[in-house]
Amino acid sequence: MSTRLARGGRLIDRGAAQEFTFNGKRMKGFKGDTLAAALLANDQMLVGRSFKYHRPRGIVASGAEEPNALVNMGEGGRFEPNQRTTTTELFDGLTATSQNHWPSLEFDVGVVNNYAARFLPAGFYYKTFIHPRAAWKHLFEPIVRQSAGLGKVPKDRDADRYEQAYAFCDVLVAGGGVAGLQAALVAGRAGARVILLEQAPHWGGRAPVDGVEIDGKPAEAFVEAALAELSAMENVTLRTRCMAFGVYDHGYVLAEERVADHTPGDGRPKKRLWRIRAGRIVSATGAIERPLSFAGNDIPGVMLASAVRDYVVNWAVSPGDRTVVVTNNDDAYRTAIALKEAGLDVPAVIDARPNVTGDLPAKARALGIRIETGSAIVKVKGSKRVTGVAIGLQAGEGAAREEIACDAVAMSGGWSPVVHLWSHCGGKLVWDEAAAHFRPDAARPPITHDGSAMVIAAGAANGALPAGECLADADRAGAEAAQALGMKPKKAKAPEAAAPAEARMEPVWIMPQGAGPALRMKMWLDYQNDVKVSDVQLAAREGYTSVEHTKRYTTLGMATDQGKLSNINGLAVLADSLNAEIPQVGTTTFRPPYTPVTIGALAGESRGDIFQPLRRTPMHAWHEAQGAYFEPVGLWRRPYCYPRAGETHEQAVHREVTNTRERLGLLDASTLGKIIVKGPDAGRFLDMLYTNVMSSLPVGKCRYGLMCNEQGFLSDDGVVARIDEDTWLCHTTSGGADRIHAWMEDWLQCEWWDWKVYTANVTEQYAQVAVVGPNARKLLEKLGGMDVSREALPFMQWADGELGGFRCRVYRISFSGELSYEIAVPASEGMAFWKALNDAGAEFGAMPYGTECLHVMRAEKGFIMIGDETDGTVTPLDLCLDWAVSKKKADFLGKRGMQRTYLANPERWKLVGLETLDGSVIPDGAYAVAPGVNGNGQRNTEGRVTSTYYSPTLKRGIAMGLVRRGPERMGETVEFPKVGGGSVKARIVSPVFYDKDGEKQNV
Amino acid sequence: MLILECPCCGVKAEETELSPGGEAHLKRFGPGSSDEEFEAYMFARKNPKGVHFERWRHAYGCGKWFLAARCTATLEVFGTYPAQTSEPPADIVAKIKAKRPDWKGYK
Ligand SMILES: [Zn+2]
Repeated sequence: MSTRLARGGRLIDRGAAQEFTFNGKRMKGFKGDTLAAALLANDQMLVGRSFKYHRPRGIVASGAEEPNALVNMGEGGRFEPNQRTTTTELFDGLTATSQNHWPSLEFDVGVVNNYAARFLPAGFYYKTFIHPRAAWKHLFEPIVRQSAGLGKVPKDRDADRYEQAYAFCDVLVAGGGVAGLQAALVAGRAGARVILLEQAPHWGGRAPVDGVEIDGKPAEAFVEAALAELSAMENVTLRTRCMAFGVYDHGYVLAEERVADHTPGDGRPKKRLWRIRAGRIVSATGAIERPLSFAGNDIPGVMLASAVRDYVVNWAVSPGDRTVVVTNNDDAYRTAIALKEAGLDVPAVIDARPNVTGDLPAKARALGIRIETGSAIVKVKGSKRVTGVAIGLQAGEGAAREEIACDAVAMSGGWSPVVHLWSHCGGKLVWDEAAAHFRPDAARPPITHDGSAMVIAAGAANGALPAGECLADADRAGAEAAQALGMKPKKAKAPEAAAPAEARMEPVWIMPQGAGPALRMKMWLDYQNDVKVSDVQLAAREGYTSVEHTKRYTTLGMATDQGKLSNINGLAVLADSLNAEIPQVGTTTFRPPYTPVTIGALAGESRGDIFQPLRRTPMHAWHEAQGAYFEPVGLWRRPYCYPRAGETHEQAVHREVTNTRERLGLLDASTLGKIIVKGPDAGRFLDMLYTNVMSSLPVGKCRYGLMCNEQGFLSDDGVVARIDEDTWLCHTTSGGADRIHAWMEDWLQCEWWDWKVYTANVTEQYAQVAVVGPNARKLLEKLGGMDVSREALPFMQWADGELGGFRCRVYRISFSGELSYEIAVPASEGMAFWKALNDAGAEFGAMPYGTECLHVMRAEKGFIMIGDETDGTVTPLDLCLDWAVSKKKADFLGKRGMQRTYLANPERWKLVGLETLDGSVIPDGAYAVAPGVNGNGQRNTEGRVTSTYYSPTLKRGIAMGLVRRGPERMGETVEFPKVGGGSVKARIVSPVFYDKDGEKQNV
Repeated sequence: MLILECPCCGVKAEETELSPGGEAHLKRFGPGSSDEEFEAYMFARKNPKGVHFERWRHAYGCGKWFLAARCTATLEVFGTYPAQTSEPPADIVAKIKAKRPDWKGYK
């Protein structure tokens, strides 16, 4: 069993007991425990089930690399799935439950998949997607849906808040082990602004656990002194619980700080995302131990040797009473020694190497530990917990010569440097034959803006595993980082670490070497995704030679741990199957994040009301007070309609249309884009921008214009007013002002930079109100001031003046077909002006109207709307707007595009009106069908609806649409199928349904 | 996230302040151009793994367009220069040639 030891535990405070529950069971731990340590202290080795076969899963590791021990944390608004127990700090009141099992952790029905394992081989998903179809639908999918997936998705809104912070530094050091501390010291002493991040809540990394001595003192003393010196430096920032999880372009680093994970509900943000820009990044991220591939290596109780050591030394937890150590290197002997020194039983060390000569094995021997050289674990016994191991020859085929009873196995296949931060931006790796691992290739680093190295690897992360080399390497890395930024590192002797000499490790990818299929089917590579040695070998037999393809085919390394334990072993097995060298097969791509990052941290404060900026017109508060129903238009919120008590939105829109047509409507048109174009070449410029001529527009007049992109497709429209000799004011669509302003600037800055033109987007400088309807003039005359008579201010003209004491600019333009004035006043006066219009307009039946009323009225008039009638593939000619496209101008944007032959094809769909035969409304987006089917067996189409409304004016459904040869087919009937079956028949008519001669707007 | 120095205002602008504008030094073909010329202007774009000249706008800064020479593979920036430039400036070309001897030139 696993249990708490009576003595020791460098990270726990035995005076501070903490209560928690696991699957409802009450348990006790200490302050300083990780949840994994506390679970083991309570003999809870079984913590989950694997993804595919629902095999029992125990704790394997002691850090971020843990593949198995993921739990659901918390409840309600603080529920969080897939939390790694090995990095979760214990706190009083913590609640955790295991995941991916049904109905219980101890008895899981899905384990039937385990017995069906030979039916779920590599590429299972791909193979069953292909054939047979029926089997997927009725057999595989229901099973997979039941059994797949890890944690459950939270149901409640996240009760926590998250924040983001920006930081800038010369040198960012990732990793607060002795290497990171030393690199930070050197860079800090040189005067660099340093940020040092450590993922754990404590400093020092592995050195204190491994009993390293630095300058003759225990590693702890070095760590303490380093921290004291660093804390005293003003140019150094230290942060624990902060994981640098990704390196991006030009020294950009993202880090996630676990601020209040361990103190939920204390008011602090749960996590803080750091967005750091660093001159140099020192990657001192250490190394991760590799498992060994022997049969049954996934049975709970089989752990990494270093993790076993961590639990004993850091948390005084013994994972087992009798632990067999299995290794191919000297380092694992530290575990055997630590266990022995803690008074625990180590029945044997199984060492795959024929000759075992190093200092550490010698010490183990001296402690009376039995060492079996040239040996292998043939098979682990047990199901939910290890009960023993069968051992045999490493060079053999799996014949067992002896069984050893034990309840834990500590395995070590060697160490892999954590090269993620080095690799994220393209740093290359080199295969180190002696250590059998990939390490950063200093000659091919990831580079930054000026072509120099952006990341400098230090210590174990650079492959410098022995403590002595590690510190020297970190000292060099810190100096290199400072020097690269033009600073002078102080000349100081690097601290010297003493550690026992280690003999060479020997790579072992399968144990035993000649294991047959039955054993290989029980050798796990990826514990979380259930990928075994046999799966990778099958993939190789089926023709997979690329490591990237094999990864996706077998799902090796695709689980939430991203293959931190499995990747190197997997690709070694692949290389062996392909008879290739490991460096030739290469690694899969390392991508951020290093460990999963909570979406909440990435979103930060950008959620709810402040998810995105909100643009409000000067009259917004009035609309709100009036109970307007808003719709988003770009970042604006515009009233869709103003429903009265008891009215549906549809009824409100109909009332607004009728009232505007018969009496008086008021529209907040402030969102309309307004761009001033000014200068000696402004007219010439606008002639290039618009399809028609704007330079000839007389001062005081307005003209409707179209803008196209260079392909000749419509991009925006609006009314242009000539303000004075060299000034035009261009109205754009509500959502289009910023885009069109940028478009203008692009051409002025990048193509016609010698033209003397100045543009200014003045959209928000003005509030604009459309006063619309037969009573419009009466209202303005009542307000009094400027002459707004037909004679003084005819249709399509504008004038400056005063109305009711407000300085205003009045445009006689109409988007509704009614007598209409669009009146701009300074934004600061918008609300007062709007109120004055509403108050004075009461006697004329004034009512505010919203965007939907605007849409219905413009559709009744056959006016196009950018985004409805256009979708980026529609030309002005398609919309029968030939009159607005100049034939005289030698050039304008889109002219050459429109000349492309296929745009002149008479078969193109063109704009028409559509009048339903039965008066109903054609469904939005409906297509008109034509006889026959296309090559895919789909019904042929001959048109589509672009705008469709119920017209309260005509009391029937009206629509605009694009129909093949539409304008030539007036009076013909086309058919629009409906989604639920049936169809609507519509007659092709003119798109102008109302006041065809335009008499009403011109009074 | 790239950092590009805006040659107009001098700010070392982060990518979030910038909007990209595609390939630089395109020649516009309008009415009168052949189908081939127009097609090349409209659609044919270089997509090199290596040295590339690009348009960027300091959209959330001074608002000015500028041009940048950088390596699409390593993200090394060789220089930025004003948009009102018909071809890459000689000093930037020299810098690229020194760093990338096999570079074939911008055309
Ligand atoms: Zn700028």
